[in-house]
Amino acid sequence: MPVTTIADRPVHVDDEGFMTEYQEWDEDLARTLAGTIGIELTDAHLEVIRFLRSDFEQNGVTPTLRRVSTVGNIPTKTLFDLFPKKPARKMAYVAGLPKPAGCI
Amino acid sequence: MKRIVILGAGTAGTMAANQLRKRLERDVQITVVDEDPVHYYQPGFLFIPFGTYSPDKVTKPKARFIPKGVNFVKATITELVPEQQVVRLGDGTELPYDYLIIATGTHPTRSETPGLDSSEYGKTIHDFYSYDGAVALHDAIEKFDGGTLVVNLIELPIKCPVAPLEFAFLADAYFEERGIRDNVTIKYVTPMSSAFTKPVAAKRLGDMFERRGIDIEPDFYVERVDADRRTVVSFDEREVEYDLLVTVPVNKGAAFLGKTGIVDELNHVKVDSKNFQSPDFPSIFAIGDAAALPSSKAGSVAHFAMETFVPNFIEYINGSEMTHEFDGHANCFIETGHDKAMLIDFNYFTEPLPGKYPVPKLGPMSLLEETRRNHWGKLGFKWLYWHMLLPGRRMPVKAEMSMAGKIPVTEPDTSKDNI
Ligand SMILES: Cc1cc2nc3c(=O)[nH]c(=O)nc-3n(C[C@H](O)[C@H](O)[C@H](O)COP(=O)(O)OP(=O)(O)OC[C@H]3O[C@@H](n4cnc5c(N)ncnc54)[C@H](O)[C@@H]3O)c2cc1C
Repeated sequence: MPVTTIADRPVHVDDEGFMTEYQEWDEDLARTLAGTIGIELTDAHLEVIRFLRSDFEQNGVTPTLRRVSTVGNIPTKTLFDLFPKKPARKMAYVAGLPKPAGCI
Repeated sequence: MKRIVILGAGTAGTMAANQLRKRLERDVQITVVDEDPVHYYQPGFLFIPFGTYSPDKVTKPKARFIPKGVNFVKATITELVPEQQVVRLGDGTELPYDYLIIATGTHPTRSETPGLDSSEYGKTIHDFYSYDGAVALHDAIEKFDGGTLVVNLIELPIKCPVAPLEFAFLADAYFEERGIRDNVTIKYVTPMSSAFTKPVAAKRLGDMFERRGIDIEPDFYVERVDADRRTVVSFDEREVEYDLLVTVPVNKGAAFLGKTGIVDELNHVKVDSKNFQSPDFPSIFAIGDAAALPSSKAGSVAHFAMETFVPNFIEYINGSEMTHEFDGHANCFIETGHDKAMLIDFNYFTEPLPGKYPVPKLGPMSLLEETRRNHWGKLGFKWLYWHMLLPGRRMPVKAEMSMAGKIPVTEPDTSKDNI
């Protein structure tokens, strides 16, 4: 696994830049990650990110958009507003979780 | 006496019933429940709209494939209570079990998408994921003589995730053969970022779209269908107009599973990806499309999975440790039009690669390449399905994926530029 430097710290990432070590993440890092994809983190973003992380901690997989909307009660439309165009990938990226599984 | 109950007598349930009956002692009782007396060869649904198959080619009575010594109950399953190890049927009957195999599949569910279930369904809105849908689409396609055809899938996972691609390729060839291709715009509207998820296959399929003049609208997550304006609308307010919409509705597992607490948000049963056992209730297994797994939902996957599922299950009911592991092997023909097809072969760990299958260098099938042999392979699969697969006879190919015959290539993954 490559190691890269984000916000002056060494961080383990996969070859697409998704973090691979759950424990290495914190909200400061999230701000930097969000910045690299043109997103300025607000409380609304953080609410999504926190759901993603706690769900991942319990289940070991990055939740799908459907799961975030049905279990996390955050409407899909909101997710598209907060993380435009590719919310599933962007949320996982900022939350420091593995890339959502492709379904094929 | 041990009681095994199998829910669903489709591809997976029928294969399991046949293989288990052959290998288990007579004092083990096997019951199979299904509500529909007809077995559908679902891969054939793809060919009905284009008139390649007549509808009668894809149906046979289910009972014909249920072996002697298996009790076949025709009923709707309305409830499963894992805590009590009992299944309830539509007529009020209770079916207690010691071991349960859930094989109720996954099904197109139009009601999940606002506007899809409108009065335009069967007129300008169609699907080919059900028998009735495929038959109705045949008429619509025959009458269609120009305009925009939108081929869409609403959300993943769906069974046979390559079927919408095949539909787009076949539509291109069909309109060309009718001499009206220039009057038809074909748009492929998908929630994915490209035609396929894995880079090597995505690149090849993307090129094939381009050569055929099929437009792709990626990252399009349908929120609703505006049937009056003949427009699909995405969650981020993008719009695509159509004259004919061919969509794959959200695929959901059986409704009765929704209340059991053993499923995900789409009613697919959460199981261990290596042995199909429910982590919550060890007496419950889920096979085929009913299971929530990272592998493709396909008949070929269900078939390969049998070779590890059956011995594991027998070990389990005999009180031994399960010693077999499923690798997620999938093998799909992709029809590409004009009597050609492509073949892809992959598993949990390896993406589809070029090469030959099943024999290295010789084939006769070619991986990731369009050939006539592959097309005849796909058509020949129907015979194998009815005569070999369902009855549980051994097929001439290995269940585990093999790297022999594959040519490792890497395709620069451009997706990271645009997370
Ligand atoms: C258009 C299309 C093309 C396809 N092409 C291919 C292909 O080329 N290659 C390939 O490998 N796969 C293909 N597939 C996928 C393949 O058909 C499925 O993956 C396979 O049939 C799954 O088997 P299953 O037993 O899990 O589910 P199914 O075969 O769908 O069986 C489920 C059974 O459960 C029963 N059932 C469900 N709910 C209840 C209930 N409440 N009460 C009683 N009975 C119930 C149903 O009646 C049904 O008989 C295709 C599918 C489609 C739709």
